[in-house]
Amino acid sequence: MSTASVPLPNWITYGVLPLLNLLLAFFISGLVVWSIGENPFQALRLLIEGALGRGEAIGFTLFYTTSFIFTGLSVAVAFHAGLFNIGSEGQAYVGGLGAALVALALDHYVPWYVTMPFAVIGAALFGAGWAFIPAWLQAKRGSHVVITTIMFNFIAAALMVYLLVNVFIVPGKMAPETRTFLPGGQLPKLDWLMALFGMKLGPAPFNVSFIIALVMCFLVWLLIWRSKLGYEMRTLGISPSAAVYAGIPYSRTVIIAMLISGGLAGMMALNPVMGASARLQVEFVAGAGFVGIAVSLMGRSHPLGIIFSALLFGILYQGGADLSFEMPNITREMIVVIQGLVILFAGALEYMLRPAMVRIYQQFAGQKSGGK
Amino acid sequence: MDYFDIFVSILGSTIRLSIPLIFTALAGLFSERAGIFDIGLEGKMLAAAFAAACLAYLSGSAWIGLLGGIGISIVFSLIHGFASITNRGNQIVSGVALNFIAAGLTIVLGQAWFSQGGRTPGLTGDARFAPIILPGVDFMREVPVIGPLYANVISGNNILTYLAFAAVPLSWWILYRTRFGLRLRAVGENPAAVDTAGISVAWLRYRALLVTGVLGGFAGAYLAIAQSAAFINNMSAGKGYIALAALIFAKWKPVPVMFACLLFGFLDAVANFMQGKSIPMIGEVPVQIFQALPYVLTCILLAGFIGIAHPPKAGGVPYVKER
Repeated sequence: MSTASVPLPNWITYGVLPLLNLLLAFFISGLVVWSIGENPFQALRLLIEGALGRGEAIGFTLFYTTSFIFTGLSVAVAFHAGLFNIGSEGQAYVGGLGAALVALALDHYVPWYVTMPFAVIGAALFGAGWAFIPAWLQAKRGSHVVITTIMFNFIAAALMVYLLVNVFIVPGKMAPETRTFLPGGQLPKLDWLMALFGMKLGPAPFNVSFIIALVMCFLVWLLIWRSKLGYEMRTLGISPSAAVYAGIPYSRTVIIAMLISGGLAGMMALNPVMGASARLQVEFVAGAGFVGIAVSLMGRSHPLGIIFSALLFGILYQGGADLSFEMPNITREMIVVIQGLVILFAGALEYMLRPAMVRIYQQFAGQKSGGK
Repeated sequence: MDYFDIFVSILGSTIRLSIPLIFTALAGLFSERAGIFDIGLEGKMLAAAFAAACLAYLSGSAWIGLLGGIGISIVFSLIHGFASITNRGNQIVSGVALNFIAAGLTIVLGQAWFSQGGRTPGLTGDARFAPIILPGVDFMREVPVIGPLYANVISGNNILTYLAFAAVPLSWWILYRTRFGLRLRAVGENPAAVDTAGISVAWLRYRALLVTGVLGGFAGAYLAIAQSAAFINNMSAGKGYIALAALIFAKWKPVPVMFACLLFGFLDAVANFMQGKSIPMIGEVPVQIFQALPYVLTCILLAGFIGIAHPPKAGGVPYVKER
């Protein structure tokens, strides 16, 4: 008998199985560390210390977490509508342009809290705009959104390099970046929040966009599970034919889902551009868009899950950077390996352990009912 | 340098830049025609390049390097198959995962083994595929027009270059003139029909992925031990995605794949050549335009504005035997 159709309780599907998959990913990562002659447990200890040991470390961890929440939400919203948006990276990159334009235009005249809402809108609009063409192509011309969003990542990279090198560069400087924003175009750090817990933020760039990210988590939850549009998106994601039968307009839903996804990706740019470096730089996204895929898969596309998995990846990124100083044999790219393994086990191989789990569960459940 | 010399030199580098694209796009062709999407071409190429460079360095033989590249590329293919055929996982997710694993692991292992910032030690002599000088080059060089073309474009390439061009008709022959090819195309369009005929869908798809692995190994080996003399961090640099674009651009057909790869290689060669030069009347053309052009063209094609690209019907859908 096939085990695919046997239902499992939610605590196994959403609790035990993802946890086992995650453990498998970490186990293999440990094997890699061990195979290059380092102690995996020692590495893990250094990694956690590097990520959570001091106030500054926590500040960096939460800074990365903020970016990953945005991109994780971006991937998740598209995923609910049955679309796989690999383009969060490019959408975030172009979103940075929106944020930077607002900051450059307003920072001379107004304080940051006036700039912020415009910057949020600017970043979201530019990110959504970059998602629009792939969305339209998917909805109207049937071009696969995965392929077009990959293409648009590369087009975004070329476009942004061109703009930074030829348009935004400060005359007389070598670095392809905009001028530094004045405080009116920056997002302030959350040192007061850290101080509440008796910790010093130091130079860590943990900033207000973290709060924006949390607000977006709530709004995404509201959208997906408490709105008509969200219901339509989920229906489309689970069964496109049922959605069409129920009169849910395919093109409109696909395009709106992708626009929201692109907008969320675009907002990620607020964090590094306005919260950390206070200028638009080449390749500032640095793979956060792709981390969003892992975060969303691990968090089961639920905002709460995304917060936790974004935090986990924040810890990995900050701790991994610290670890590569302590153990020079383990380079920063170890994080990329872990990320890949998490995507493999939590995503592509998510059903691998299910048949075994069904057998164990049936045996267990069978004994219980047999005893009665 | 007159215009003809420039033309010959661009043509020569077009060939060199197209070869990894041709191998990779053909690799993707076999997998996608069998109904398995492969976003992981980039990762296969990168992992194969690393393995080829390591083994060529250790053994001093380019051929052993090539075998190593093929071996690791097959391993990646089989993991992709295990996830997407056996476990019916999402093929795109699996491909993305494998790309990350390759991108990270090559640097982590390279740094741990060789401590050169992720590079592998430089290769010399037999550890590389050297250029082959075809007979009669000295004699032909004197002939106008054909001479320089023969000497600089057709001759002077390494064995993998000629193998790539041989792989194109061979792939066509396998796909369209053998029983295996017929079944492979069928399983990408309608796996249920193949199953009804008593042929194992899973085994057929695994065999297609084996071919993908072999071709991906050639692509990686070309990068590391033919074109360059070492593995360099992230040396595939998006070529896997360009190859994917070329595959779509060629509408999943072997001979058009070659032309699409040559076109994208040509754009790359022109981009390299144009760096810092200006065209009369137009002025300096930004390099980024040439870099973005393959992707833009592919999107326009996908939009159905240059004919319609029909992907294999069963592509990306895991086959479930019982309903």
